[in-house]
Amino acid sequence: MHILKLVFKNSFRHKLRTYLTILGITIAILAFGLLRTVIDAWYAGVNASSAARLVTRNSISLVFPLPLSYKDKIRQIPGVKIVSYGSWFGGVYIDEKNFFPNFVVDSISYLELYPEIVLPADQQKAFVRDRKGFVAGRKLIAKYGWKIGDTVILKGTIFPGDWEFVLRGIYRGRDKTVDETQFFFNWDYLNESLKKTTPARADHVGFYMIGVTSPSAAADAAAAIDKTFKNSLAETLTETEKAFQMGFVSMSEAIVIAIQLVSFVVIIIILAVVANTMAMTARERFVEYAVFKTLGFGKWHIAALIFGESLFITMTGCALGIVLTFPSAKAFGNEMSTFFPVFNVSTETIYLDIAASIIVGTAAAIIPTWRAINIRIAEGLRRIG
Amino acid sequence: MEIKPPIVEIKNLFKSYRRGNQILPVLQDINLDIADGEFLALMGPSGSGKSTLLNLIAGIDKADSGSVTVGGIDITNLSETELAQWRSNSIGFIFQFYNLIPVLTAFENVELPLLLTGLTKKQRKDHAEAALYIVNLSDRMDHYPGQLSGGEQQRVAIARAIVTDPLILVADEPTGDLDRVTAKEILELMERLVHELGKTIIMVTHDPRAAEKAHIIRHLDKGVLNDAHTKTGI
Ligand SMILES: Nc1ncnc2c1ncn2[C@@H]1O[C@H](COP(=O)(O)OP(=O)(O)OP(=O)(O)O)[C@@H](O)[C@H]1O
Ligand SMILES: [Mg+2]
Repeated sequence: MHILKLVFKNSFRHKLRTYLTILGITIAILAFGLLRTVIDAWYAGVNASSAARLVTRNSISLVFPLPLSYKDKIRQIPGVKIVSYGSWFGGVYIDEKNFFPNFVVDSISYLELYPEIVLPADQQKAFVRDRKGFVAGRKLIAKYGWKIGDTVILKGTIFPGDWEFVLRGIYRGRDKTVDETQFFFNWDYLNESLKKTTPARADHVGFYMIGVTSPSAAADAAAAIDKTFKNSLAETLTETEKAFQMGFVSMSEAIVIAIQLVSFVVIIIILAVVANTMAMTARERFVEYAVFKTLGFGKWHIAALIFGESLFITMTGCALGIVLTFPSAKAFGNEMSTFFPVFNVSTETIYLDIAASIIVGTAAAIIPTWRAINIRIAEGLRRIG
Repeated sequence: MEIKPPIVEIKNLFKSYRRGNQILPVLQDINLDIADGEFLALMGPSGSGKSTLLNLIAGIDKADSGSVTVGGIDITNLSETELAQWRSNSIGFIFQFYNLIPVLTAFENVELPLLLTGLTKKQRKDHAEAALYIVNLSDRMDHYPGQLSGGEQQRVAIARAIVTDPLILVADEPTGDLDRVTAKEILELMERLVHELGKTIIMVTHDPRAAEKAHIIRHLDKGVLNDAHTKTGI
């Protein structure tokens, strides 16, 4: 026999209580894991962004465009390697609730600038060649069941009218951080149409996407771009892609903080539950601890018994919670793919689960252990009967 | 009687408890020698301090003054940790309510004190089995306390007390929770331990029939030890 065997046997003395406590921890870890994943999903765009890319937009607001003529001037700025551009299209597919991000880009430079958008070479060629062609992420394809060659109509909101597109490519992400629900099409298609219908809006872009030679060149290049267009008709605001994405997230930062808070409250609640279980357990075994001490067992043995049991229970719950987090996150992610195109349980979340469980298991055992090791034996034995 | 140095020597022992700001004297100037191989019964009315004295001899409580020497060691000078270590190899405990660990089998309960020794698993097994054999429970080793009668549980407790081969056994009302027939069996077992294995036993009891089995009966009254009353026929 070994002290560990006793820890194990002790853990199941009150089966129902132990199972309920484990269940509580399992649910708490599951909730904690999902909430952390929601937060991660919120920042997915930020995390996927590259430090070697800049975004230039109109300094007044994102809704005001910039002249297409800026392109050549930007390209001449030291540190700039690739210049691409595009606009938010904001088209609606059949019904407004079928939301997915759709935008127009200068296709060749865009695909060069975003190597994480993986598109087979033949599809890439077909896309560039067909003015009405579009490319969509495989999650979006799966959702609507489109096939290569299918015609898809989007109702324009920013650019009125019914726009017809032909699916020419299906991209996948280079890694899990890439949003696979996007829809993009050729700049020329939009621009040529605008030239005919509303010439004033033609030759204007929503934003420039700029690749710099290295992340260290980004700050200088950004400053140089904005300086170039200072005092011109449309002044620019250039920031790293990360800062640009962060701008969207920070609008909803209060919500993220609230979720973060809730995720920690969940842990505190479960700490209270486990602490209560351990306090009850230790109180019931007071006489037993006195007997152990009588037989010559020391503080460390008793601490090992209580800490061992507390950690055994919490880590069992933690393991079950982690195991359940993956399928739950998958189901949740599928259900909420419109809001969270990237919804993955990160390794960091798992580490946080484990760390939280260790803290809960340890903290819950402190007071019962302190009490148990300070029992005066003669008094502990007197409690019998 | 041959002259051996006493295994327990108690000199001028005082003990009091504090209740609020009131001091309650429990033991007053106790002097007692117990010879090796002795079976001593400690009797007295409830609240007279019997358990307190037993606890002091066994090193689970601290005296106010005086000395308790067991096997040549003055335990009143030992620290908490030293005392724990000392108890684990010098004292065997038998309680009124057996105090077995309910989730451990009879065998595991008996093995428990051996976990504090340097014995190998095999040696622990041999010792525990031998102790269970002595108390005649070899066939119940894998049973849990809940599956055993009171008398059987007390026999397991006795096996646990003797398994480390301690200097003395202390028993606080070992038959207090048992019926007459079972109590008799337990007392006969304790007698055998003294006669056949040469153990020293100090037993607190209320039961005159239990005391009869002892060689010596001492009476404690309001914390004072009365004159020795040695029975004949040792
Ligand atoms: N921890 C304590 N605090 C205060 N008083 C105590 C404490 N322990 C024991 N006493 C008191 O000391 C006295 C002696 O107690 P003890 O348990 O030694 O008596 P006893 O002779 O064993 O009695 P019983 O036959 O009922 O077991 C009693 O009056 C008891 O109330
Ligand atoms: Mg008593």
